[in-house]
Amino acid sequence: MAETTEFELVSPEKLLVSEQVEMVVVPGTEGLFAAMPRHAPFISTLAPGVLEIYEGGSVKDRIFVAGGFAEVNETRCTVLAEDATPVEEIDKAGLQARIEELDKEIKFAESDAEREAAESKKKSAETKLAFAD
Amino acid sequence: MASLKDLRNRIKSVQSTRKITSAMKMVAAAKLRRAQEQAEASRPYSERMSRMLGSLAGGMAEGAGGPKLLTGTGENKVHLLVICTAERGLCGGFNGQIARLARKTIADLKADGKTVKLMMVGRKGRDALRRDHEQDFVDYITFQDVKRMGFVQADDVANRVLAMFEAGEFDVCSILYSEFKSVIAQEPTVLQLIPASLPEEEEHGAETGGAKALYEYEPDEEQILEALLPRNLAVQVYRALLENAAGEQGARMTAMDNATRNAGDMINRLTLEYNRTRQAQITKELIEIISGAEAL
Repeated sequence: MAETTEFELVSPEKLLVSEQVEMVVVPGTEGLFAAMPRHAPFISTLAPGVLEIYEGGSVKDRIFVAGGFAEVNETRCTVLAEDATPVEEIDKAGLQARIEELDKEIKFAESDAEREAAESKKKSAETKLAFAD
Repeated sequence: MASLKDLRNRIKSVQSTRKITSAMKMVAAAKLRRAQEQAEASRPYSERMSRMLGSLAGGMAEGAGGPKLLTGTGENKVHLLVICTAERGLCGGFNGQIARLARKTIADLKADGKTVKLMMVGRKGRDALRRDHEQDFVDYITFQDVKRMGFVQADDVANRVLAMFEAGEFDVCSILYSEFKSVIAQEPTVLQLIPASLPEEEEHGAETGGAKALYEYEPDEEQILEALLPRNLAVQVYRALLENAAGEQGARMTAMDNATRNAGDMINRLTLEYNRTRQAQITKELIEIISGAEAL
């Protein structure tokens, strides 16, 4: 078995994943990066995207994250995610409905702040949807 | 002396009170377990968050002029207190303790010549402090309709705090909540949120294995801090809310346990009195009959 690194994926509500992995590809704001054992210490913010856990050279799990932070060092990789859902569990119909609802909210927003909030929510829902396929 | 009918009625009413309190106790116990699990589940996130923040801030400290959320506004005049209490009563001294600590903190700050603003989270706290401090209230958030405390609620509170901070409405922000020590002990606590209070340096040193690891940052330290600090605020609020939720249920459970026991004692006492009265009445009637027969 190849060398492994301790990978943890945590959301504010719970610890989602905690296991030994060979490699994780993480969507950083400045581009994807792969966390492997003996990676140089490194902290990055995350962009919405898909986090891929590799085992034996192929993708084992794909998890969507909406944003957050990642900390990597020689022995472990910790991802603090804002919203994490395994790709196969993304509820496409629900998201579609949510986007339509937000569209309405944008239309009838009473203040700029409200509109902006709805717009950013819509954008994140759309990105999530785009990654579902 | 109360008549037999009165006693019977009282016994019946205490019995139904006992039924209610013992049901409430059971409900509180179930909710407590859930709240504790939730608090447990949120712990890894906040631990890792403060670890990350610690290593970031360690690097920042040397070059001054970090983000305001970390260093403060440089002034110390206006304090915002976020006071978190329960939505409902019947939980012993839980809300009272927090309110007492809040009053004391407010008095101390005012004695120092500071301006105090209050953000009330939870209905009971607002009710308790409304009489003395209503003029200081700036915001009131209630989770009355919220079934299950989630991160969304904490985020909402944090966003309001941040919006006020950005508008320059206060310099220092603290949160008051009740720390969950054990099922029977909750301790009201004040925690400073802005400027951020950082985890102990030693702790962090031990984590990274003694030698302080040099981290690389992407995009750069400042941008990460800017994203991380508001997040950290929300996490702290979340933690406080969860501790409060667990503490509330714990306090309610103990209070209801006591109430159930008291009701049981009361029923025993009343039953004894009822039986005595009944016997006394029978004896009296017998004497009347016997003396009536003798008189003939």
